[in-house]
Amino acid sequence: MTATTHPLPENYLNTAYGWRSWLLTTDHKRVALLYLISITLFFFLGGFFALLIRLELLTPAGDFVQAETYNKLFTMHGLIMIFFFLIPSIPSVLGNFLIPLMIGARDLAFPRVNLLSWYIYVIGGTFTLTAIVTGGVDTGWTFYTPYSSTYANSNVILTALGVFITGFSSILTGLNFIVTIHKMRAPGMVWFRLPLFVWAHYATSIIMILGTPVLAISIALIGIERIFHVGIFDPAIGGDPLLFQHLFWFYSHPAVYIMVLPAMGVVSELITCFSRKRIFGYSFIAFSSIAIAVLGFLVWGHHMFVSGQSPFAGVAFSMLSFLVAIPSGIKVFNWMATLYKGSISYDAPMLYALGFIGLFTIGGLTGLFLATLAVDVHMHDTYFVIAHFHYIMVGGAVMAYFGGIHFWWPKITGRLYPEGWARLAALVVFVGFNLTFFPQFLLGYLGMPRRYHAYPEEFQVWNVMSTAGASILGIGYLIPMIYLLWSLRYGRAAPSNPWDARGLEWQTASPPPTDNFETTPVVSNDPYDYGAPEKSERRAGEVAIV
Amino acid sequence: MTNGLPFLPDRASTVALHVDYLIGFLLAVTVILAGTIFVLILYFAIRYRRRRHSAVQIENNLSLEILWSVIPLGLTAVMFLWGAKLFMQNHQPPPNAESIYVVGKQWMWTIEHAEGRREIDQLHVPAGKPIRLILASQDVIHDFFIPAFRVKQDVVPGRYSTLWFEATKTGEFHLFCSQYCGTQHSAMIGKVIVMTPADFQVWLGGSRDESPAKAGAQLFQDFSCANCHEPGPRQRGPNLSGVFGKPVRLASGETAVFDEAYMHESIVAPGAKVVDGYRPIMPSFREQLTEDEIMDLIAYVRSLSSEGTKQ
Repeated sequence: MTATTHPLPENYLNTAYGWRSWLLTTDHKRVALLYLISITLFFFLGGFFALLIRLELLTPAGDFVQAETYNKLFTMHGLIMIFFFLIPSIPSVLGNFLIPLMIGARDLAFPRVNLLSWYIYVIGGTFTLTAIVTGGVDTGWTFYTPYSSTYANSNVILTALGVFITGFSSILTGLNFIVTIHKMRAPGMVWFRLPLFVWAHYATSIIMILGTPVLAISIALIGIERIFHVGIFDPAIGGDPLLFQHLFWFYSHPAVYIMVLPAMGVVSELITCFSRKRIFGYSFIAFSSIAIAVLGFLVWGHHMFVSGQSPFAGVAFSMLSFLVAIPSGIKVFNWMATLYKGSISYDAPMLYALGFIGLFTIGGLTGLFLATLAVDVHMHDTYFVIAHFHYIMVGGAVMAYFGGIHFWWPKITGRLYPEGWARLAALVVFVGFNLTFFPQFLLGYLGMPRRYHAYPEEFQVWNVMSTAGASILGIGYLIPMIYLLWSLRYGRAAPSNPWDARGLEWQTASPPPTDNFETTPVVSNDPYDYGAPEKSERRAGEVAIV
Repeated sequence: MTNGLPFLPDRASTVALHVDYLIGFLLAVTVILAGTIFVLILYFAIRYRRRRHSAVQIENNLSLEILWSVIPLGLTAVMFLWGAKLFMQNHQPPPNAESIYVVGKQWMWTIEHAEGRREIDQLHVPAGKPIRLILASQDVIHDFFIPAFRVKQDVVPGRYSTLWFEATKTGEFHLFCSQYCGTQHSAMIGKVIVMTPADFQVWLGGSRDESPAKAGAQLFQDFSCANCHEPGPRQRGPNLSGVFGKPVRLASGETAVFDEAYMHESIVAPGAKVVDGYRPIMPSFREQLTEDEIMDLIAYVRSLSSEGTKQ
């Protein structure tokens, strides 16, 4: 749909047209675009549910929708945003598109499996959408038993099946990335010349492969209990409800890192490029990703401090949760040091990256409140938790995703987006985000529980602010949607390296040819070679530039 | 309700102030750290902007890396130790705490005082006395949350949870169910009414409800518990007089304390912990008894021990 007005050299977009060339493609760049379109649809659907939630909470009384409808709205908002937007967002779109380009490969290791992942994702999404259209589901995205396995009357099985299926898409993507990063690197692309984006995706892939099967198991067990009445989680038939929470969080806590590690990878790329600096502490950032992936598997019990789990287990999980904060802190400090004595420009991707650092810092520090046992007893299941994880996932992951989309938009589409509009949108998103979620910290401390359809009057003032913020945030997300689509047709043609960045992906044409590089690049420098003279011939052995 | 913007929740229990001190410490660390980071970002972004500054490459500094790993590690160690210590302190009720029985069900709280008074979605307690709640759920997981007391406990079906507090000031405070429990979750709210001990005694006396122990005695007869659990030719289970709160030797060789949780388990899953010397022949009463009735039975058996004699 893009390349009709400009005569461009043959690239992955104009090499073939028609439905078959897209739906049967094995080109990682085209699969990435298939993902981009599908997750964008889910993002706006999940956002629409969020809007309805905020409208209900504008007044204390439950007067905008019925309680049952409200419960379905927050359940579907959570399910869609987590499983169908955040988890696939950066890995499946940007990771898919960029990893082969960044390491100098022609494609992922298993191109057909890559397409299969997308189909599995679409099938899982279809199940979930069907569940929504035929009545919805009201268990909360956490599916806590025995409510989900025995008491809920909504479409639990259909939804669970959707999430179960989509999990396999995640597993296959993780597998594909790991094999690609091990086996497909171009000559000279040794491990410590990998962009930090690739390191982050490597760590993410480990979590996807090891964690997702446990989610599949716990969801399958709910199905077995619901359909065959085998006592697994419901104590009335001999099960243990806490067993479900252990299984669920064993995946779902690491899943937070599936969402935020790739975001950290994006931010490392943006910070270096827009401050013209080599990354500070490359190996510390790289290994902190791995440390987060490993430690992330040992902290699930911090979701269960007041669940009736042994208090001694609570103490152990609290300690481990504090440990996982350290590698995240290391990243933030290294990004700051990268800014130091840089040559900083305020292009839209950089605004998103700086926004990420600020919001992620708040999200991370408020996480410490929840890791502190005696404080979590008060804050658990209140709006404090909601605010905390939205700072991580929206302030963190979504900001980085938008930053990344803008940064690589010229590479992906061959078009430049309008910079002024983009900077404006980044500011609107930042303001709207803070106005939406900051008041929720106070609501939580005041004691407002999450998942409440109606609430006492004294909480209203903060809820009004939050709803006002959400409408600004919504506008902030719609603006890029409009100008990015506009740029596909009217944007100026992008040069191969509009940001004068140093990564390998910028050394090929925009958009890249189907095979990515004319000849296999030979790599002799690291990806943040900003110290070298501008536009140097530093990659002496490489003839990839079109 | 207060005018203007509410920032502080009520503080009405002995632990609330200690929790708030800890929150204050965390807030101070957060503000200092986040503030430093924001100021530095803004400073760097302006001081080193493209028009004024070209980049100076600096790549690594091991001592800096160690410094900004070790300082946060130290700070988080303080948070961890402080939080864990307070949590463990707050976990153990004082031995003189009075017990009140609470059952959560979709979507209400039913509450029974040992003296007999029953209430729904309201909990009357005296100020200045430690109160221990024994919580059960009839259906799904609920959560008993009193923000003004800074206490919260999930109420999980199939097991007993406990929660204790000592209220420090009289008044009415919110009681919320804070674990999502279905359609009317946000209507599963109530009030905790803290009274002076004198007022509380008057309130307790104003009841014509049957005491849980009395109701339990009736159930004990209705379900023929006495057949097996009272001395006589047909006794096939342990005598329940004078055993409450004491250790019992199990057939497995282990020892268990005969408390509320033990007795609940022995009613719904009698085979789990059989007393030494008896055969595992008791059927489960899971289907026959509601959680309220089990609590009445427990109150009855408890009364057999506190009086020291059999009725």
